[in-house]
Amino acid sequence: MRIVIDNVGKKFKKSKKEETTALEDINFIIHEKEFVVLVGPSGCGKSTLLNIVGGLLSPSSGSIYFEDMEDENKDPSVSIVFQEIALLPWRTVYQNVIYGLEEKKMSKREQMEKGDYYIDMVGLSEFKHAYPKQLSGGMKQRVGIGRALAVEPDLLLMDEPFSALDAQTRTLMQEELLTIWNRTQLSTLYVTHNIEEAVYLADRVIVLSRHPGRIKEIISIDLPKMGRGEAKYRAQFDQYAEQIWQLIRQDAVEALKE
Amino acid sequence: MTKKMITNRVAFLDKKIPIYASILGVAGVLIVWEIICSLHIVSPLFLPAPSAIVTTGWNMLLSGEILKNLIPSLYRIGIGYVIGSVVGIVVGLLLGFSKWADAIGTPIVYSIYPIPKIALLPLFVLWLGIGELSKVTIISLGVFFPVVINTYSGVKNVDPILIKAAVTFGSNHLNVIRKVILPGSLPMIFAGLKLAAGTSLLLLVAAEMIAAQSGIGSMVLHYGNLMITTKLMVGVLVLSLLGLAFNRFLQWVENRLLPWK
Repeated sequence: MRIVIDNVGKKFKKSKKEETTALEDINFIIHEKEFVVLVGPSGCGKSTLLNIVGGLLSPSSGSIYFEDMEDENKDPSVSIVFQEIALLPWRTVYQNVIYGLEEKKMSKREQMEKGDYYIDMVGLSEFKHAYPKQLSGGMKQRVGIGRALAVEPDLLLMDEPFSALDAQTRTLMQEELLTIWNRTQLSTLYVTHNIEEAVYLADRVIVLSRHPGRIKEIISIDLPKMGRGEAKYRAQFDQYAEQIWQLIRQDAVEALKE
Repeated sequence: MTKKMITNRVAFLDKKIPIYASILGVAGVLIVWEIICSLHIVSPLFLPAPSAIVTTGWNMLLSGEILKNLIPSLYRIGIGYVIGSVVGIVVGLLLGFSKWADAIGTPIVYSIYPIPKIALLPLFVLWLGIGELSKVTIISLGVFFPVVINTYSGVKNVDPILIKAAVTFGSNHLNVIRKVILPGSLPMIFAGLKLAAGTSLLLLVAAEMIAAQSGIGSMVLHYGNLMITTKLMVGVLVLSLLGLAFNRFLQWVENRLLPWK
């Protein structure tokens, strides 16, 4: 199975006559069990692209499709971890996590098994019956991740999931995400503006430029998936980060002026 | 060497007031009122003493006079309120969710909304007769508007990201309304329901004063005409207790339904 992003473009109407091109000529493939990270300066359309892939926005041109699905009769399922987290405040942790399972009309028993399994995976068993407002930011996003994993999607989308968290929580959550990802091995498209995060998580990093958003370069991160933060990889890690920063730098400076 | 201490200059913001303070105000007013009456400063015809109102009320309760009038009133307000709020919530959800319903229905709602509903009572009496139906209708109508308008703005205030999340995890339109929009607008709906409680009480009394043989409203008017002020005040007391109980009940339901707030 693979996900093909085929020649996708997106134009927004600014006014009656004016149009801005947010995305242009976007072509890439997400392979099975691949972790792809989109990075770019603010305003490069990375979130727009993720929303298009997630079916929350229609592209102006091009298309997105799944190829070689194992089960040809099944519709591909995509789940999203939102930047805004977007938990339903009137549902407990458990009720939020099983939301997708409920909508799939799974039996109560299956809902309970899967719900408990994924709540345990994101480390929230103790808070199963708490409401979102009782949780810290990091814990809320764990629920968001649990909810996305519970439906066992063909593609997992993550839209700057940790950008609202403080730096320490963020570092811990990145480590934890890798551990979880290793267990589930889901094809993932991850959006961030944080270069270190991209190098830390990605199999491949797609660097976007802005005005219009185009693919500037695709970089394979040739480091073992786990333990990239260790000292022995420090030099290589920094090299990748520097390479990406040089690609983005000019655009980021321009973004500042707007 | 002198010490200059730093003190909390905003301590007044979280100053604690003892619980008895709120009782103090009410008790004070009652005591002053009682004293004024017992000193015969005001004639009991114009202002009966609180103690006289309570004893008369107790006797009227024992004789069954209060119950005889309270039950028809409860029946009218109960049915009218339930119909008005259910229809109001359903219509409000539809107007808020469907762009078509919004475009067509909202102007209609907003053009009828400013009419003082009691002005329509003679029309309803003409259409539906002088019986219960016209009273229930006017109460439903009075309840409908605050509920529909609050529900509508509640729906509009639901964070679109929650709807996106629900759709992402497989919800169809009906489930989006049921699982996201309805619970999301519930706090606003309750604000509307509380507003409507006051309106419904007002319309109940007005309708009973205009056209009824029984009911607390007609009882108040009846004793007003006879200048039996104490019994009139008993009616007023019953209405105030009714309003209080109504509000408490709604608060209780709200707390039960919105534990996540």
